[in-house]
Amino acid sequence: MIAGIMFFLLYFGQSFGFSSNLRTICAASGLGNRVKFFDFNWRKQIWNLMFLVGAIAGGFLAKEFLSTDGPVQISQATISDLGKLGFAAPESLQPAELFSLESAFSVKGFLILAFGGLLVGFGSRYAGGCTSGHAISGLSNLQLPSLLAVVGFFVGGLVMTFIIFPLIFSI
Amino acid sequence: MKYIKFLLLGSIFGIVMAKSEAISWFRIQEMFRFQSFHMYGIIGTAVILGVIGVALIKKFKIRDYHGNPILFSPKEDSVTRYLAGGAIFGLGWALSGACPGPMVVNIGYGFLSMGIVFFFALVGTYLYGVFKNWLPH
Repeated sequence: MIAGIMFFLLYFGQSFGFSSNLRTICAASGLGNRVKFFDFNWRKQIWNLMFLVGAIAGGFLAKEFLSTDGPVQISQATISDLGKLGFAAPESLQPAELFSLESAFSVKGFLILAFGGLLVGFGSRYAGGCTSGHAISGLSNLQLPSLLAVVGFFVGGLVMTFIIFPLIFSI
Repeated sequence: MKYIKFLLLGSIFGIVMAKSEAISWFRIQEMFRFQSFHMYGIIGTAVILGVIGVALIKKFKIRDYHGNPILFSPKEDSVTRYLAGGAIFGLGWALSGACPGPMVVNIGYGFLSMGIVFFFALVGTYLYGVFKNWLPH
């Protein structure tokens, strides 16, 4: 399915890369006046913003009309590992410990979400792409840079999971 | 009107991401702990089909619907930016459990706190724009 979406975008003369939208939104907000990186004709990227709007709608449709809304069936090993960090077994798609509004507006919860977003936004532009651009489009084209980026994704992900998580979520 | 197809593709993307649970923080944790095949199956399938499809496009010089050849612009050669940028991205991916696409799908799904993550992803992108020239690429 995901590969299918990529081919449709190629067929429509575009390419599959979601994080470009972040740059486009910065540019559309007028930041191009201050920072050269955002000074480009963002209107050419409106198609991708439409894709973003569609993705929001898709999430809504999935929830409202296609959802069984059961807990995510992750492996027992993961449930047990996360339990040690203070996370209850899944009750829906996301852990309430991080994404409930109550947690999101606590100081620690807010900082976690904010830092997560900051790193994703900074890193995806530094690396020149995210999961869709590098891991899917890039690897499909057998590009070495994308392979390096994916190795980087995992280096960062493993450091966060195994080294930083025990520090920030220790009970 | 010309944008409707992208709106439609985006919705399909959102539904697929949500229904495959690829937007779940739990699934990303499970992936980074190598405790299930789930995410590897999703990404792996996309890549295998992608490799075959891209090879076919190149072999048969398939054109897009405007009649233009489909080109794959190679990324610039560098090691630092991909490894360093990738690692920074990976830190955030594991922490927030979402890359940029799934962030907005989550918002549509009703996890509004993902809006905070998305807003700060914009801030992160902005900071990259500001500091770009000082970073090794």
